Order: sequence, then C-alpha cells, then structure tokens
Amino acid sequence: MTIRTAITVNGKETSREVEARTLLVHYLREELSLTGTHVGCDTSNCGACTVLLDGEAVKSCTVLAAQVHDCNITTIEGAAQADGSFSPVQEGFRQEHGLQCGYCTPGMIMASTALLSENPNPSEEEIRHALEGNLCRCTGYEMIVNAVRWAAEHPNFTSGGAK
Amino acid sequence: MIPAQFDYVEATSVADAIRLLAEHGDEAKLLAGGHSLIPLMKLRLVTPATLIDVTHIKELSYIKEDGNNIVIGALTRHRDIEQSELVKKHLPLVAHVAGEVGDPQVRNRGTLGGSLVHGDPAADLPAAALATGATMVIAGQNGERRVSAQEFFIDFLETDVQPGEILTAIEFPKHTDAGWAYEKFVRRAMDYAIVGVALQLGAKPGVALVNMSNKPHLAQSASQAISKGAAIADVLAVINDNTNPPEDLNATVEYREHLARVLTQRAFATASK
Repeated sequence: MTIRTAITVNGKETSREVEARTLLVHYLREELSLTGTHVGCDTSNCGACTVLLDGEAVKSCTVLAAQVHDCNITTIEGAAQADGSFSPVQEGFRQEHGLQCGYCTPGMIMASTALLSENPNPSEEEIRHALEGNLCRCTGYEMIVNAVRWAAEHPNFTSGGAK
Repeated sequence: MIPAQFDYVEATSVADAIRLLAEHGDEAKLLAGGHSLIPLMKLRLVTPATLIDVTHIKELSYIKEDGNNIVIGALTRHRDIEQSELVKKHLPLVAHVAGEVGDPQVRNRGTLGGSLVHGDPAADLPAAALATGATMVIAGQNGERRVSAQEFFIDFLETDVQPGEILTAIEFPKHTDAGWAYEKFVRRAMDYAIVGVALQLGAKPGVALVNMSNKPHLAQSASQAISKGAAIADVLAVINDNTNPPEDLNATVEYREHLARVLTQRAFATASK
C-alpha cells in the first residue's frame, strides 16, 4: 500500500507517494536526499537519527512518515540561521570540538537544540540527562557537554552570514 | 531494517477505531506512539496486515481530576505525564516513573496506554500502575468495561485487551502526600531495568517489581505486609514470593532476587525521606 505524504521539512512543503511502511528517516534520506540525518543503531537506542518534530526531539528511525502528516520536521540541514550562520549549538560544537568522527553529531545537535529551546540555561547534569538518548563512541561526552554550555552562553551568536 | 508491508488507516475517534478494528479483524494492530510496536515490526517479529493509527485521536490525550481519581487518557505521552503538575501532586510515583522511560526522544512519542497494552514485564509504567492500584478502562463494540491493573496483565506481552477492543483511559486513585519510590537498576541510562521496584506507601500501599516475572508483577505478599505495618525485614522476606525472574546475559535468577531485595530496601529508605 502507498500513501501520499504532506510533510513540511525545514520550512518547505514536501509531498511524495511512498509505501506506508516508509520510516521518517528513510523518507528524509532517500526521498528528499537529506542525508545529514544518520541511521546508527536502527533500534531507537543511539539517537543518530534525531530530528525535531514540531520542535520536539524524536528518533526518526522509529516514526513512520505516515504518522507525521501535516507536521513540521527540522533536520540538521535546517539547523542553521536564516542568514546562513551556524546556530549557536552548531557553533558550540565547532568551538568546543564536540565531535570526533561526527557520526552522532547531527543527532546530538538536534537533541541539544530541543533542550535549549525548553531550558535555555541547563546545568551540566541537565545536559547529560537530556542527551541520554544520544550515544557517542568517540568523545566521552565531556566536549559535547561543553559545546552545549557554549551555546547556552552565546544564545545570540551569529557569524554575520554564510561561511 | 524495514517493516513488512501493511495497509495503513487512520482512526479519528474512539468509535472510529473500534469500527476499524471490527472491519480489519485480528490481523490489525493499533499504532499509538509506536515505540514498542515499530521496533518489533522492524525486526519482523510482528507483521500486522493493517495498522490502525490512533496517534491523532485527541480525545484520548488528557490528564484530569475526577473525585478521588486522576484519570489519564491512553494516548497521553510519557513526557506530558512527567511534566503534569496534577500528576506530580497526586501521583508523584507515576510522574517520576514516566520520566524514567527510555530517553527524552522516546518520552516525546511513547504513550501511557501503549506501554501498558504492550505488557512488557521489563517496562517501567506497568509497575507504577500496579503499585498505585490503577484501573484500566477498555472500550469495545459492547461498550466500556473496567479491569484492575492486577487482572489486566496476563502473560508475557499479553493483556486483557481482547480483539476489537481499545484501552481508552487509566484511572489512578490519588496518593497525595504519601511516600513513594522507584528504584531502577540499569547499566546504561536509557536501558530497560535489569530489575526495578515501584513502591507506593500511604493508605493504599503497593509494591510492584519490574523484570521479575513473565508479566508485570505485583508483589502481593509484600504489599499486604506493608499494609499491615510489617517491619521492612519482613517485607524483604516475602518480596520474591511468586516471582519467576528471567535469566539472561545481564543477570541470573539468584542475582535478580538479590537485586529485588536490595532495591526494595533502598526504596523504603528513599520513600521515608
């Protein structure tokens, strides 16, 4: 069975004829070629596939495209500011080197963005708790926590345009 | 991993869901938050012919006060329960346990009803429903019926919800100002409990165990001992009565029994603070 989607992704309306079993992550990567959202464990453990669904962090490997009809999805490709500047969270990961291999980074940035939109000034403990659904096998998390703190301390960051 | 093919229909109300269940028969499954069902479908352990999506039935997402009860709609998300002032005030155990499920992303999607009808003995919320003495409201073509949490859980991933029926609400008796604790033993933050203990003190006490049986387990002897005011040592002596713990890579039966005693003791210490 196929369904017709109507999903707003990074501010753009998208519509495709897809199989009902299409997972949101496959819709983003294969139908829209937005390959910044990664498939990690594919079992809703690792958080690499985290995107924002109407502003809230969800694991797109465990959501059907059919379930998010008429919803707003934000992926890492939509994380930057309107003028092309990195978002404070993206810049925080750059400044504090919150990554090594980078595989978990899109998910980390989306989960951190959701955290800061709810709690603009989180403690270290709150950051660690909010990111418990995102696994990183490189950094040991220390620099990721620092990156989120950097973003919290620079909420108005802008580089004045695209890099 | 990709689920097997299925037909997808969306229910817009409880009546609509019941009608669709009757129409599609026992090859149909209800889809709520999907955080138990979709992983099983991706592993193809479950291959429903039809998915009836109830995600958007707004009438089943609510938290309200009703006399001595707090009633929570089956499609209320863990996140909304965790953050509800009403639940925090009258059912602090339930609010806390909702915040212990999985991780923030899972709690943004998973629903109370979905977790309960899945009937996983390793899940958190069934234990909270048992310890607090909740009642399940189940709707079908013949109207509504009520079942106690204790009778609701029948076997591994099996509940009293019959083909054609849908869990619509959960009625929790208020436990305002009573002691409570949830002790969850895990190796990683977002894991299922190796063993968990949900303890509700007060006028209607109850203690339930996570991952200590083939179904979510109410420790009846221990609950009765608590209501008679028994010493903690006497509660610990019977905490493992009628359990049937699984043995797996994480723990042997003996280790799980040991954990149940230790965590119950900790739960009493935490609850009295």
